[in-house]
Amino acid sequence: MLIELGHYALILASVLALLQAGFGLWGAERRDGFLMAFSGSAALAQTGGCLIAFFALMHAYITSDFSVQNVWQNSHVDKPLLYKISGVWGNHEGSMLLWITVMALFGAAVALAGSRMPATLRARVLGIQALISLGFYAFVLLTSNPFARLVQAPIEGRGLNPLLQDPGLAFHPPLLYLGYVGTSLTFSFALAALLERRVDPAWARWVRPWALVSWIFLTLGIALGSWWAYYELGWGGWWFWDPVENASLMPWLAATALLHSAIVVEKRDSLKRWTVLLAIITFAFSILGTFLVRSGVITSVHAFATDPERGAFILLLLALIVGGALTLYALRAGSLGGGGLFAPISREGALILNNVLLAVALVTVLLGTLYPMFLEAMGLGTVTVGTPYYKATFVPLLIPLVLVMAAGPLIPWKRADAFSILMRLRVAAVLALAAAGAAYAWAEGGPLLAPIGIFCGCWLIFGAATDLVDRVRGPNPWARWRGLPRSALGAVIAHAGLGMSILGMSGDLWQQESIRALSPGQSMPLAGFELTLEKVEPVQGPNFIAERATVVIRRNGEIIGTATPSRRKFTRPPMTTSETAIRTNGLRDLYLALGDRDGQTGAYALRVYYNPLVPLIWGGAMVMALGGGISLADRRLRLGVAQRIAAPKRAPAPKHAGASV
Amino acid sequence: MSRWGLAALPLLLLAGLLGAFGLRLLDGADRALPSTLIDRPVPATALPSLRAGDAPLTDAEIKALAAQGPLLVNVFASWCVPCRAEHPFLMDLKREGVTLVGLNQRDKPENAKAFLAALGDPFARIGVDANGAASLEWGVYGVPETFVIDRAGKIRYRHVGAIDKDVLDKILRPLLKSLAS
Repeated sequence: MLIELGHYALILASVLALLQAGFGLWGAERRDGFLMAFSGSAALAQTGGCLIAFFALMHAYITSDFSVQNVWQNSHVDKPLLYKISGVWGNHEGSMLLWITVMALFGAAVALAGSRMPATLRARVLGIQALISLGFYAFVLLTSNPFARLVQAPIEGRGLNPLLQDPGLAFHPPLLYLGYVGTSLTFSFALAALLERRVDPAWARWVRPWALVSWIFLTLGIALGSWWAYYELGWGGWWFWDPVENASLMPWLAATALLHSAIVVEKRDSLKRWTVLLAIITFAFSILGTFLVRSGVITSVHAFATDPERGAFILLLLALIVGGALTLYALRAGSLGGGGLFAPISREGALILNNVLLAVALVTVLLGTLYPMFLEAMGLGTVTVGTPYYKATFVPLLIPLVLVMAAGPLIPWKRADAFSILMRLRVAAVLALAAAGAAYAWAEGGPLLAPIGIFCGCWLIFGAATDLVDRVRGPNPWARWRGLPRSALGAVIAHAGLGMSILGMSGDLWQQESIRALSPGQSMPLAGFELTLEKVEPVQGPNFIAERATVVIRRNGEIIGTATPSRRKFTRPPMTTSETAIRTNGLRDLYLALGDRDGQTGAYALRVYYNPLVPLIWGGAMVMALGGGISLADRRLRLGVAQRIAAPKRAPAPKHAGASV
Repeated sequence: MSRWGLAALPLLLLAGLLGAFGLRLLDGADRALPSTLIDRPVPATALPSLRAGDAPLTDAEIKALAAQGPLLVNVFASWCVPCRAEHPFLMDLKREGVTLVGLNQRDKPENAKAFLAALGDPFARIGVDANGAASLEWGVYGVPETFVIDRAGKIRYRHVGAIDKDVLDKILRPLLKSLAS
């Protein structure tokens, strides 16, 4: 019954989205305050409908209602509660429902938080947001209905892919979705601005918090996904340049560029056409990511619901949404007005360089992802593009980006003097060089890229520290600290976070690896540690049977800890997963993966990696997200101030919107 | 280029991209790649074995194994992510009594051994194709790739890309069954 209610609520929500789109866009065109206010209410009601639908499906998963086809296909009675819940979005239909729900939530957030925005802009944003939603409603309701029933309810479900039964993966898709879908809002802002024929600093101030929100979620989502790959796949690697990983990296690169170009719009009232284009393509890459995962166009481990028919639908959506947006862009971009000339050495000059490098990096990733497909489409054979390509193209772009990045926040607007900026950074440069040298000596060689990476990471961290010290230095540092804009502090922290991540990625180049077949009682050495296989015992899990090894780790004869890597055998569906054991001290990981038992000798294969600095990759991502959050707090304060200064306010929905423009 | 032309450029790029995707989706109905080797005997092969102490893997041996029942030749590598995805299906086939021969392409032997140690080893024999030369003989496009050999030692079917449940149920199992009888 609840399922039918959910289905009904979803259909109702789609009708509300239609009203939201029609009334919002039409009302803004006619400057009809009533219609525009109605669009806001429809956004809230639509969100209510989506939430009812979403929780109805979740209820079916929690209660294991196998009369629902989707639940039967992806769940199982014996599954722990967390994975019953994550099963809701661990499949195609449910994840599209989550997508729609998050889109509606973002629309509702604008309806609630945007009451101070110009009414026509707000109505147009809501209208376009709902217009995009409509496409996805059609997709779900017509081709991927999660509420379909089975005529005869089976007593047991088919289970969820065991690789996906993991806390990291329980939260990776929703976080990534919040990021992906969040970019739909910046897209809606861009189209609304094109419809209004107005892109100004105020617009940039409205759009930037939403760009930041989706950037934060994308950062966290990608980091969580990479962390999952690190500890679950048992390979000791953290990024494989898989097409689907790239699909999440591309919107992140575009969103990062957008965050920085929006600053130029805000501060210099310039770079408008480019910023609007970035906002459009950021969402375009988000949809492209969805398309690549689901269409089967590209082979990947993530391709969990490949189906050409669904792929065709998403392709159609991509064509309509992005094609429509770019057509509007082609027609209107010329009327947005360009900016003045920039001095090459200036804050805006550095931000433009940042955008150019990020855009080129984006194109290299796009080429690497799609090149095999194009080659095959033209009948030139099948190739795989792997890590060597990205090492040769992406990394060399990253290095100049990082070098300029540390200096960027120190450069004043309009005109600056390169020499004085370099002088301010001399301490940071010396410290970073020393750190790189020390690391190279300590590691006794290794690939040359590793110390270069250490230098880049330290250069960013010390550069951020220089920026902070310079900002608070003076007769009264405490007062200056209190007066420091949150956005500046956020930028310092986010830049230092990327520095941390780069340190981690560089440390990974010094990875040491060893594989041995050990019988209980035997030991193996690695990187100054001695690992002894104590015992291997069977363990019964809720829906799997595991072999769990106990490994004692010694350093200089002293026990510093034990690790318990295991292998889980699932019966439904039949599959074996490796549960790695990672012993970390925050600066290095000892990474253990248990292999098969040799039938003849009774020895177990034990694979061990020593990964120096690698934990910093994810620590740095958290710090980046934290910096984004701090910057976001500043925006809210600033918007509050703007409200006090702003013109008289009456009801939340002004009668004549034209008055507030 | 005029201002308008520049603003229309992203649209043109999108159109090209969508066209390519569309073509790919339409032809995607049958993603099976043709092979000139279909219905030909197993190509000449002589590869060192991955397992220390085993004799080299030759086409004669593959034919001898195939004479006892249809077998699969699977091209894999530890660095290949889709191989990981299809591996459980290979293990299933082994459990069902199907003989599998592995060609380990462009891989470090220790990595390949670790891969099999971690995921299970479904292969009766494994040849090391360190530089990909044998894969060229077999006409391999990329990893993973799977060939079905009949009892006469002829290649009957070739699957490019990872095996999934559909491929297993709809193509490989029926084909193996019909070849066995």
